[in-house]
Amino acid sequence: MLNREIKAILEKSRKWGWVLEPDAQKILSLYGFKTPKFGVAATGGEAAVIAHKIGYPVVAKIVSPAVVHKSDVKGVVVGIKDDETLIRTLERLSGIDGFAGMLIAETVKGVELIIGAKNDFQFGPMVLLGMGGVGVEIYKDVSLRMAPLKPKDAEHMIGELAARKLLTGYRGSTPVHLNALTKTLVHFSKRIMELADVVESVDLNPVMCNAKSCIVADARIMLKK
Amino acid sequence: MNLKPLFEPKTMAVIGISAGNDRHPANVIYAKNNHRYPVRVYAVNPRGGTLHNETIYPRVSEIPARIDLAVIATRAELVPDVMADCIAAGVKSATVISGGFSEGGRVDLQDRIVDMAREAGLPFIGPNCLGVYVPSRVDTFFLPIERMIKPEAGGVTFVSQSGGILVDHMIKFAQQGVGMAKAVSIGNKAFVREKELLAYLSHDPATKVIAYYIEGFGEGEGRAFVQAADVCAKPVVIMKSGKTAAGNRAVSSHTASLAGDYASFAAAVAQHNIIEAANENELVSFCEVLSSYTRPIEGRIGIITGSGGHGAMAVDACSLAGLAVPELSDRTKTEIQNGLSESVRAIASLGNPADLTGSAVDDDFVACARVLGASPEIDCVVVLLLPYIPGVSLDIGVRLSAVSRQSGKPFIAYVPHVEKYNMLIEGFELNGIPASSSIEGAVLMAKALARRSSC
Repeated sequence: MLNREIKAILEKSRKWGWVLEPDAQKILSLYGFKTPKFGVAATGGEAAVIAHKIGYPVVAKIVSPAVVHKSDVKGVVVGIKDDETLIRTLERLSGIDGFAGMLIAETVKGVELIIGAKNDFQFGPMVLLGMGGVGVEIYKDVSLRMAPLKPKDAEHMIGELAARKLLTGYRGSTPVHLNALTKTLVHFSKRIMELADVVESVDLNPVMCNAKSCIVADARIMLKK
Repeated sequence: MNLKPLFEPKTMAVIGISAGNDRHPANVIYAKNNHRYPVRVYAVNPRGGTLHNETIYPRVSEIPARIDLAVIATRAELVPDVMADCIAAGVKSATVISGGFSEGGRVDLQDRIVDMAREAGLPFIGPNCLGVYVPSRVDTFFLPIERMIKPEAGGVTFVSQSGGILVDHMIKFAQQGVGMAKAVSIGNKAFVREKELLAYLSHDPATKVIAYYIEGFGEGEGRAFVQAADVCAKPVVIMKSGKTAAGNRAVSSHTASLAGDYASFAAAVAQHNIIEAANENELVSFCEVLSSYTRPIEGRIGIITGSGGHGAMAVDACSLAGLAVPELSDRTKTEIQNGLSESVRAIASLGNPADLTGSAVDDDFVACARVLGASPEIDCVVVLLLPYIPGVSLDIGVRLSAVSRQSGKPFIAYVPHVEKYNMLIEGFELNGIPASSSIEGAVLMAKALARRSSC
């Protein structure tokens, strides 16, 4: 069942047709997904306070109803280590169309994955797992299933990725927590079933998977028209 | 929904008969069933009269018998009225051959007959379809009898959104010696759709394999269908068209772009234990092998060949299909060697593939097959049989089929398909071993058996 808070966020987002990142992150954390610590600032002073609370290095991202793809407008800056860079970044981002604030988030490390969902006309909610980041549509290393997933489905999806070795430990790298990934996928697929009436598609990209957990570092929720 | 009257009618009304044109679809259907199938056929046309000295009834309700199957072949605008009459007369099932419904922009007309049928509980196939063909039972295809190629009666039922694709595949099944239980053309599938047919066919004793040609599903219809297919005890094979359309729509999320319509289709189908055939060859191969063998395999293939080149081609094809061709243990190799005739023993190369060479005789093939059939190292035997090898006789098929049955393992043969070798091919096929006309086809058959267990 959708709780009241989630319903309210979805309702408020309808005018944009999608859910702004801070709201999307809020929905995910209400659902129990791991998300990075974050705050939204409108001024340099606010930004610095948030960054100090989180601890450098931080990631800064544009919040704007006009910007669905943040990277396309250089709206994402990673590895910010000091107040000066942070404030300069805010000044630049505030010039972007529709600027409604700058999101400052904790830096999380791990293998970048995409976990997505799409409401298919013929088959209803589908879940996607793939190698994430900005190259997702270049490599197209993805696996698809109809939601909801059983743990076995999620395991098969992981096994289908060409880059699965990057998850199980390749050339001395630490393997990611596969059980956490499986659980995240199954949990996500169930939530997607609940949201099927209102949500058109979801990109959790990237989801940072490391030896301890899977953290949803960015989320885009597109709503049905 | 009782579909039995549709497939096993005792009485049938053909509506839309022309008194003067024997090539009219309704007349063709009437003529091919009348006195040819175990079904009493009645001609119907509002104008009445006679057709070749037999009564044309003005309405279905005037026929002095309860009708199991009404074949409606009138103009589209007249169909609602005909259907009302059928319902009033207590007709048990119908197939609407007529076109001119949703495919011609008349969604309203189609919705009307669906509403009527649903309310009255009258299952109908179509509209805009050929209807049903059941060997020795009934044939509503409006194709002149002398032009149709009909496969023998057998285990495959093929349900198709396209009548043309269906008829073409009847030819292919006939050519390949694959028997059919039913052929169903569902056209616009306004009422009886893939899922309803699945429910019926899963309990149909004649049907061993359920194959579909699908262009697309309605909203949410795909989900319901794959979930039903997943729990169906019989293998379900799908061939899809329209894989590339609609892929270019502008989409604003990565997932929507990567999970295009066909990608979602393929994923949903595979996830639910449905076997997708990439093309016609795969479809026919899959249907043939799945109507011969019901038990899935893991996919450890043992290859017996009379030529090294054929063996190498088969290994490549297996590898592409994701099948293993495991190296045989020394013990198994020795066992094979001990069974071979002396002259072959000296020249055969006994790995996997086991190349018995062009000097091999029937006994060598049988001896090798016995060992592979008994060996736990492999779970399926592919025999690459070259009929021009002098030591191979017409008995090879029946002898190998005995080995296959004894071992409980599926055997699949490759034999070049030319008329000259027909009796040899039938030696395999009539004794239960599917024989493919290509090496790749034989391997595809093994793949179909392996894919059944993958989910």
